[in-house]
Amino acid sequence: MSDTQAHMAAFVRTETLPQLAPPATERGIVKWMRENLFSTIPNAILTLVSFVIIYLVLSKTLPWIMNGVWTTSSLSECREVLEGATGACFSVLTERWNQLMFGFVYPADQYWRPTLAFVLLFVAAAPVMFFDLPRKLLIFTALFPFIAYYLIWGGTIFVPILALVGVIGGVLVYRKLVTGSFAMGFFGGLIAALVIWTVGGMLIPEGANDTAALQAVPSRDLGGFMLNMMLGVVCVSLSIPLGIALALGRQSSMPLIKWICVIFIEFIRGVPLITLLFVASVMLAYLFPPGTTTDLFLRVVIMITMFSSAYIAEVIRGGLAALPKGQYEAGDSLGLDYAQAMRLIILPQALKISIPGIVNIAVGLFKDTTLVSVISMFDVVGMIRGPLSAATEWNGIYWELYGFAALLFFVVCYGISQYSQWLERRLATDHR
Amino acid sequence: MKKTVLFGALAVAGLSAAAASAGTLDDVKARGTLNCGVTTGLVGFAAPDANGVWEGFDVGVCRAVAAAVLGDETAVEFIPTTGKTRFTALASGEIDMLARNTTWTFSRDVDLKFEFVGINYYDGQGFLAPKALGVTSAKDLDGATVCVQTGTTTELNLADFFRSNNISYEPVPIETNAEGQQQYLAGACDTYTTDASGLAATRATFENPGDHVLLPEIISKEPLGPLVRHGDNDWADVVRWTLNALITAEELGVTSANIEELAAAPTNNPEINRLLGTAGELGGMLGLEPNWAMMAIKAGGNYGELFEKNIGENTPIGLARGLNAMWTEGGLIYSPPFR
Repeated sequence: MSDTQAHMAAFVRTETLPQLAPPATERGIVKWMRENLFSTIPNAILTLVSFVIIYLVLSKTLPWIMNGVWTTSSLSECREVLEGATGACFSVLTERWNQLMFGFVYPADQYWRPTLAFVLLFVAAAPVMFFDLPRKLLIFTALFPFIAYYLIWGGTIFVPILALVGVIGGVLVYRKLVTGSFAMGFFGGLIAALVIWTVGGMLIPEGANDTAALQAVPSRDLGGFMLNMMLGVVCVSLSIPLGIALALGRQSSMPLIKWICVIFIEFIRGVPLITLLFVASVMLAYLFPPGTTTDLFLRVVIMITMFSSAYIAEVIRGGLAALPKGQYEAGDSLGLDYAQAMRLIILPQALKISIPGIVNIAVGLFKDTTLVSVISMFDVVGMIRGPLSAATEWNGIYWELYGFAALLFFVVCYGISQYSQWLERRLATDHR
Repeated sequence: MKKTVLFGALAVAGLSAAAASAGTLDDVKARGTLNCGVTTGLVGFAAPDANGVWEGFDVGVCRAVAAAVLGDETAVEFIPTTGKTRFTALASGEIDMLARNTTWTFSRDVDLKFEFVGINYYDGQGFLAPKALGVTSAKDLDGATVCVQTGTTTELNLADFFRSNNISYEPVPIETNAEGQQQYLAGACDTYTTDASGLAATRATFENPGDHVLLPEIISKEPLGPLVRHGDNDWADVVRWTLNALITAEELGVTSANIEELAAAPTNNPEINRLLGTAGELGGMLGLEPNWAMMAIKAGGNYGELFEKNIGENTPIGLARGLNAMWTEGGLIYSPPFR
């Protein structure tokens, strides 16, 4: 059969034809566009409408950004340089950069201190966030709050050292007593720390701040984005442990603890944050005699921490409720006591479930720190609302400043969100 | 022996009584700085510059008081206050005086227990409208939409004005002055109403200020001035007469330029001599140095110089003196005599 065919055929191709390129409509960008942008008539219409909208937005914003002026010293100079053309006046950002970052009263020659603290923050946060790193780095994390306090507030070095000694003493006493019972260890440690602080506080000489190596900076002089970062970091790191404690307390079988936690959580969740901030700044001033007011920064930290810990407690309670009852029983059947069962079995699972919720609260909290601008603290928004928009040379600038603030917050919040997604993937132990 | 102990105890009791009743003036002197409440930022009146140094018309009053009491116009701790926190800060003693374009009203003076020591700016509520709207008087604004800050006396004055002129309007509520500027420029309202000084400052920031007019009607009285707590008359006197010294200096032609020369030796004008401490005992009566007024005037210049430097016609804000001219020039600025 094959023989005959071979003889009858005038031409026999002996090699395969080279492959032709697919038709123009089935390859490259055209194919991608046909499949993704113009697959059906409604989709094609939607695509065109989207393009028009994108064009409209970019045709306004791009020239405005590209044409931006960065080097003038006032808004009217900007307008002179632009001569009626569209263009942003970013000079306000360059001229007032330090004020946007540090507020307007932080001593200018001391800017390196908060900057250094900010850099060290990453070093300190790294071992907590990425647990593949060597565990010994956690020692630095534990020391960081004291270093950061010393760097930012300055003054005598005895204060952070005393605080550290108090904490160490408290932990040692706790270790010693906790073998008896947890409550004894906890309160024993607390009392030991308080005793050390009180006694040590009397030992610090009067006027030690004046001769300190780092100039003391009062809380009132803090401001700018630094204040947002400080409030955000301090309040998030305080409110997560507090939130866990509240969530566990709410599930406690001891009625007193349970009801204290329930009332605290429900009360705080029922009150707007701004009300708590006004209480912190205005009401407390009426309650204290003149001159003995607690530091405003501290008051605000307490209020925001209370607020967010109530929310975090509810998120974690959701995580606890999502665990099957068998997990709790497993802990009991292994003979673990309450603290061990929680630490080894329940909380690792519950916290993993709660990560998205906790991150949500953390991002919200970080943005809520801008609310302090209404109680005359000069965070980045307070700087923009107050001193910057009232400066004679910059009055009338809005888009550049608020856009910049939005960008700062976006960078941080997007970073937090990306980290949490990584964390979820990293901790995923189920098979999907 | 017993007598000595008794005297000692009496002396201690007397000292502690004096310490307990020590007034704000002594507190300020002991502290070495004046805590002065200002706004968180109002163009021309108070705002920090690029180096964080406060500048402005109200700031000038603070600096003058600091110079008069402490001899150093930089010895001021500026405490920014919002409209909500200003009175608490003063009442609680956080600040020694408030110079925050605050309107002197009956209830603030009497009910809130403050002491307005004088008036450093006579303001009034006005209207800003685009030229294109074609109105020449606020009475032409029948049916107009008006941007107005909520919860302020401005809102009440506006309602009174339109009702008494029997015309209608539609309010567009806004929260802050910055929001008002944006809403007005975006065309959300036909006209924007607030204090005339604020309107002038707002208009100065527009790209084309010439396209907008301030309507001639001023529909309310807003006398702005520094204030202190009730009950400390010595301190109130210090602030009051520092302000009066600035005003008197302008009246007498004493400026920051010629003050050194005038204060060097007694001049032919006895009132200048009393003011500058080259004659009389006025400083001692206040519990201050004889050259207190000279220091206050040297700090930022006399009233007129402060006005011209911060909000006057050569600044971007461009306010005319108007009611704030000297009484000798048809205005209301008037100081009791230094005698």
